[in-house]
Amino acid sequence: MPDQVGKFLAAPMPRSHTWLNSVNAWLLLLPAALLLVAFTHYPVIATIYHSFFIANRSGNAVFVGLDNYRAMLEDSIFWKVLFNNFWFAIGTVPTSIALALLMAVWVNRNIRGRALLRLAYFTPTVLPMIAVANIWLFFYTPDYGLLDQLRGIFGLPGWNWLGDPRTVMGCLIVMVIWKEAGFFMIFYLAALQQLSPDLEEAAAVEGAGRWYTFRRITFPLLMPTTLFVAINAVINSFKLVDHLVIMTKGGPSNASSLLLYYIYEVAFTFQDSAYAATLTVVLLIILSTLALMKFGYLDRRVHYQ
Amino acid sequence: MRIFGRIILAAAITTLAILPRPASAVDLTMYYPVAVGGAVTKIIDDLVDRFQKENPDIKVTAVYAGNYTDTMTKAMTAMKGGQPPQLSVLLSTDVFTLIDENAIVPIEDLVADKAWLKEFYPAFMANGQINGKTWSIPFQRSTIVLYWNKDAFKEAGLDPEKAPASWDEMTEIAKKLVKKDPSGNVTRWGVEIPTTGYAYWMLQALAIENGQKLMNDAGNEVYLTAPKTVAALNYWVDLSRKHGVMPTGTIDWATLRTDFLEGKTAMMWHTTGNLTAVKDGAKFNFGVAMLPSKERRGSPTGGGNLYIFKGASPEQQKAAVKFVLWMTAPERAAEWSIKTGYVAVTPAAYKTSAMESYAKSFPAATVARDQLVHAVAELSVHENGRIYKFVNDAVQGAVTGAQKPDEALAAAQQQADRVLRAYK
Amino acid sequence: MNHKTHPLEAIVAWLLALLWLAPLAYAFWSALHPAAYATSFSLSAPWTLENFARAWHQAPFARYYLNTILLVCMVLAGQLVLCTLAAYSFARFEFKGSGIAFALVLLQLMIMPDVLIVENYRVVGAFDLLDTIPAVALPYMASAFGIFLLRQTFKSIPNELVDAARVEGAGPLQILWRVYIPLARHTYVAFALVSVSYHWNNFLWPLIVTNSVESRPLTVGLAVFGAPETGVDWSIITAATVMTMAPLLIAFLLFQRQFVQSFMRAGIR
Repeated sequence: MPDQVGKFLAAPMPRSHTWLNSVNAWLLLLPAALLLVAFTHYPVIATIYHSFFIANRSGNAVFVGLDNYRAMLEDSIFWKVLFNNFWFAIGTVPTSIALALLMAVWVNRNIRGRALLRLAYFTPTVLPMIAVANIWLFFYTPDYGLLDQLRGIFGLPGWNWLGDPRTVMGCLIVMVIWKEAGFFMIFYLAALQQLSPDLEEAAAVEGAGRWYTFRRITFPLLMPTTLFVAINAVINSFKLVDHLVIMTKGGPSNASSLLLYYIYEVAFTFQDSAYAATLTVVLLIILSTLALMKFGYLDRRVHYQ
Repeated sequence: MRIFGRIILAAAITTLAILPRPASAVDLTMYYPVAVGGAVTKIIDDLVDRFQKENPDIKVTAVYAGNYTDTMTKAMTAMKGGQPPQLSVLLSTDVFTLIDENAIVPIEDLVADKAWLKEFYPAFMANGQINGKTWSIPFQRSTIVLYWNKDAFKEAGLDPEKAPASWDEMTEIAKKLVKKDPSGNVTRWGVEIPTTGYAYWMLQALAIENGQKLMNDAGNEVYLTAPKTVAALNYWVDLSRKHGVMPTGTIDWATLRTDFLEGKTAMMWHTTGNLTAVKDGAKFNFGVAMLPSKERRGSPTGGGNLYIFKGASPEQQKAAVKFVLWMTAPERAAEWSIKTGYVAVTPAAYKTSAMESYAKSFPAATVARDQLVHAVAELSVHENGRIYKFVNDAVQGAVTGAQKPDEALAAAQQQADRVLRAYK
Repeated sequence: MNHKTHPLEAIVAWLLALLWLAPLAYAFWSALHPAAYATSFSLSAPWTLENFARAWHQAPFARYYLNTILLVCMVLAGQLVLCTLAAYSFARFEFKGSGIAFALVLLQLMIMPDVLIVENYRVVGAFDLLDTIPAVALPYMASAFGIFLLRQTFKSIPNELVDAARVEGAGPLQILWRVYIPLARHTYVAFALVSVSYHWNNFLWPLIVTNSVESRPLTVGLAVFGAPETGVDWSIITAATVMTMAPLLIAFLLFQRQFVQSFMRAGIR
């Protein structure tokens, strides 16, 4: 995208366009611009600004420099949720991408009833996260939950899936993979449909095995899609917190909490908006870095425009 | 494209339709939480309806906002946004935070008849009285009680009428109650103490019984690393890790009642507020007892008080007082107690005929009230929400085996000290 | 497309599909059977709509539905107008600062309103809109994604058509209305589907800004209703869950192809 922005900037202004043109353009832009400023640009600046202050109880803001940041570095919960976010991304992204690719390859083949296959894979994507969390909460309920009933068939004892710090994150990761894989599938599907069938045919004629063809030809050709999906997936993993409200409230002992959920807690449960702003700055830095990677690096390599 | 125009028009009209209307009578908004089973929202709606019938000039909108934390979050968030509720049911222990936020008014400023405040059980007034002022009126109040499954006791060869009176006794009895299937999996646990939501409350009960206070009166110190607090948490953790009578991992506050009703555990510690839901759902004989003792009997009081907000206009505050008076009047307090299991907040409520006949037919209904003589004010400090989180995290860290009890509490103490430093 | 698929592979693909449908199938099973069968599966279990009826009566779901429908309509209407105008401005006019302006728009693609909850709450508060449906809708109305998507489409519209309209004496807005918008129909459909499903499902922001039944959308209503403290049983919660997702699910089943294509466009930005 910056390329295009650049092109725009570099393009000479045609003389035929009068100042009236400019006024028209800005008038058209105005309503959207006002809202964008109110709900994106101003909040970003205000977040950064507020992170340097502490609001005391009487409502006055006191400038404290980097104190909030120092407190953040000492806050073990902050590090815990940041780490959790990292593991959450590691847990969800590669697996859902691999599954998405597999699904796309299958749906792209002439398997009987592929429309139905595609439907099955994609359906979780259109469901509200809150509904999904409700359904999966039941699977993970100790003893009567579906999972423990299955274990019971094999004579295994019940397991407190969401109540044990060792399993809670894994459980949430599985659920999110289920929710997201189908979404990523359609990007691969789009990419696969654009690939020339000649390539695979040629490979087949040469006697190359299917796996070999996929590994040496198809997969490298899909690399830009993979990168694109991967970065989108990582960005998503920082936004997904709805399920925590329903399933774990971040527990046990913060084992499943994520950065955005912690921000929510600090801002609205503890009413500490200064510290919430400080935490938000970290989230903004992470997201902008990812987005710059996406727009900067990928734009040059990927044909998706 | 004409359709878009229509959508816009429709949206514009509906926007106008849903904007707040000017008030004719006195409008009151009240947030309230639900922390126990049963159709509590229906009971509240019914009470509110009846109040409105008797007071047609007052309109009360009661908004169910989730659990106690959710409700406090909503009330504070709405207030910060300039739309405070006029009254709310919040934890009696949120009082420091609400005073610090300049959110509430002391009741003395609103009522002429100060004698009214003396009608309540003093134990329930304890948390709300600070600096000689009363900041809230008790409403859905409780103590923790021990529920036991008499049928399970009988099955295990125990006296079904005798609940454990001490920690050691509870451990021994619980061991006998654990039931396993042929492959060695536990099908019934001895006892369960919930570790989500209000773990700090349960820890405080154990600490009190062990002879340890958890906080000072000024609300700026907590005693989490006191040896007796650590011992209390050790006992709790030992129930699962050493004695094998309680499941490992966290035990969910909200679903524990179901576990008890399904016979998955023979005993549970829970609020008396769940009593009616247990009574309605139990397919076996059960009993309710005071919590067992270590050095002494004891439970923190718990539950929610009615707060009146500063942001309300004088008329609204007057109407709110009227509502609070009505809700806590003996007949209503008795009705509320019968329908939920919460302790009725005034001795007078127990003298109403409805309550007297109920207690006669169902003696368990007064156990929590009788326990009040052993009760201690609930953990209540400045920045309560944060401190609760630290304590809950420590308890969860310990019972899940992620941390040793003393280490978990030491970490919580350190975090709490840092937060409370500002209030010394 | 023409390659033969190994039967085993087809079987695995189908197994995965069944696995993917299982949670949803479970939700429907539980919602359509008496509570006793929520945890035990039996083919002879009687069917019932009782759970839906009880869920419907235990919480103001009718109001929640209305709120959600108003919300998605309001967001979509706002987005369509604002994004169309802005995209038209970027696609049609070359003016000073358009590059910077466009970059500032794209910023919202990186930093979605979802993460600016703290400051956005203050802004909405300053507008005195808290606890209203417009408060839920406003931060999303100027959608950078919508602007970007429409700009791309508008730019691909041949100049000849525009010139022809101008010859007939059409002004800028008439050109937009008669030439651009009709030709961007597919983009509008795609964007609308993505927008509706996003806002039907959105949760955290509505949870924060709504306080009352009159403004809570379905997702927030469901979360409040389903809190386990209330002691509502699983069958009723799943019934409420099914109610929450049903309209979207039905729409998806009916317009499957459009949905998939729309999401494809949506992600490719």
